[in-house]
Amino acid sequence: MIVACPDGPLLVRGEVDIFSTTGEEIQQNRKTIALCRCGVSTIKPFCDGSHKLVNFRTEPPEPEATT
Amino acid sequence: MSDVEGLDLGVFNAGDADTMTIATDKPREGDSAPTYEPRGPLSTQLMAALATTPETGEGMLASFVPAVERVLGSTRDVIRDEDIQLALFVLYSVHYGGKGSADPAWEWNPVTIAARVAIEKVFERELRLRVPVAALPPAKAHSVAAALFELAREDSGPSLSQYVARTASREQLVEFLVQKSIYTLKEADPHSWAIPRITGRAKAALVEIQADEYGGGRAERMHSEIFAGTMRLLGLDPAYGAYVDNVPALTLASFNMMSMFGLNRRLLGAIAGHLAAFEMTSSVPNRFYGNGFRRLGFGPDATWYFDEHVEADAVHEQIACRDLAGSLAEDEPRLLDDIMFGARACLMVDGWVADDIRAAWASGKSSLRRAAPGGDRGAS
Ligand code: FES
Repeated sequence: MIVACPDGPLLVRGEVDIFSTTGEEIQQNRKTIALCRCGVSTIKPFCDGSHKLVNFRTEPPEPEATT
Repeated sequence: MSDVEGLDLGVFNAGDADTMTIATDKPREGDSAPTYEPRGPLSTQLMAALATTPETGEGMLASFVPAVERVLGSTRDVIRDEDIQLALFVLYSVHYGGKGSADPAWEWNPVTIAARVAIEKVFERELRLRVPVAALPPAKAHSVAAALFELAREDSGPSLSQYVARTASREQLVEFLVQKSIYTLKEADPHSWAIPRITGRAKAALVEIQADEYGGGRAERMHSEIFAGTMRLLGLDPAYGAYVDNVPALTLASFNMMSMFGLNRRLLGAIAGHLAAFEMTSSVPNRFYGNGFRRLGFGPDATWYFDEHVEADAVHEQIACRDLAGSLAEDEPRLLDDIMFGARACLMVDGWVADDIRAAWASGKSSLRRAAPGGDRGAS
């Protein structure tokens, strides 16, 4: 099961195997993992929370209220 | 299925009764008396009594609750009062068990409970007074999650972690571990009190986080264990409570606050909010903490604790804000207020702890009440 977290990672529950593009299996240390989708994590493919520092947005910003 | 015939149904014959011992009278090995350095009349009186059993010690506490009330009435700041916070810390230790927890017969003793409740009342009131008030988000999981992320974003937190990353000396890293050890050697425990008190998807979320905190079935991966390993590598004693005498009231207050939120069912919302805020301000600072240890030449064994939290808490924060705090607010809207209070209280108190450490270091002083024996400081 994959949950797309708003402005954040993909949360993956359940068994998946993750491989690098060269075919090495990437070790997972926990049952539920977060996969980076902002591109700036220092521990890719996992999320390290950096998406918050770069203000990563998965939704278009709300239109500014006009006064 | 087991064969019912073969089950031990717990029926003892008369012969067994002679050899049975009632375990409740006997402290487990490790349930030792609290022997911290007293910080005033309350902690002195309390620890003297807790060194014995309730039968002998209760008399020593005859005047204790009025004394607690008196000190509470005259303290300038309950959150930074050394004597009150140490007494409260000791009273919670009786519930946790282990080193410094006293004879377990004290756990539900009317006098220790009355004293704890009296302190909690004033402590909680002070926290509620000082936590900034703000408009509540709608009781919808996604709105609560967004509000919590906004709180965490506004938090001034990273300054201590950036200082550790760039500037802290080896002695300061040791001091940092000593400060952290009060909670971290019991990491996740205060929030686990909430498990039986919570239901549905919020419970599933809490257990999902806690299972990971406790190593996902592998004792050596328990976060408290990994932290103990880092302490050892820096020459510190990882036995619980070894550095209680070294840390100031505020550090104890940070842990006492979690214990209070966790142990009181009426504060269920607050403990959920606390966990969410804690997890949501963890992964980025832990990367910086790890960098500080790497900068001073420590290897992956020493930084494992921090590296683990970078990855784990990036997962936990997502679960904690939406599935735990968010779902709880949606399912039990009356808890929304306390969820936000718990989150703000976490950021406020831990912000003060970080500020005090930074201020001490900025003026060339130690942030500890007294230098830690062992470690690199090598004092006393
Ligand atoms: S999505 Fe979290 S660091 Fe990229």
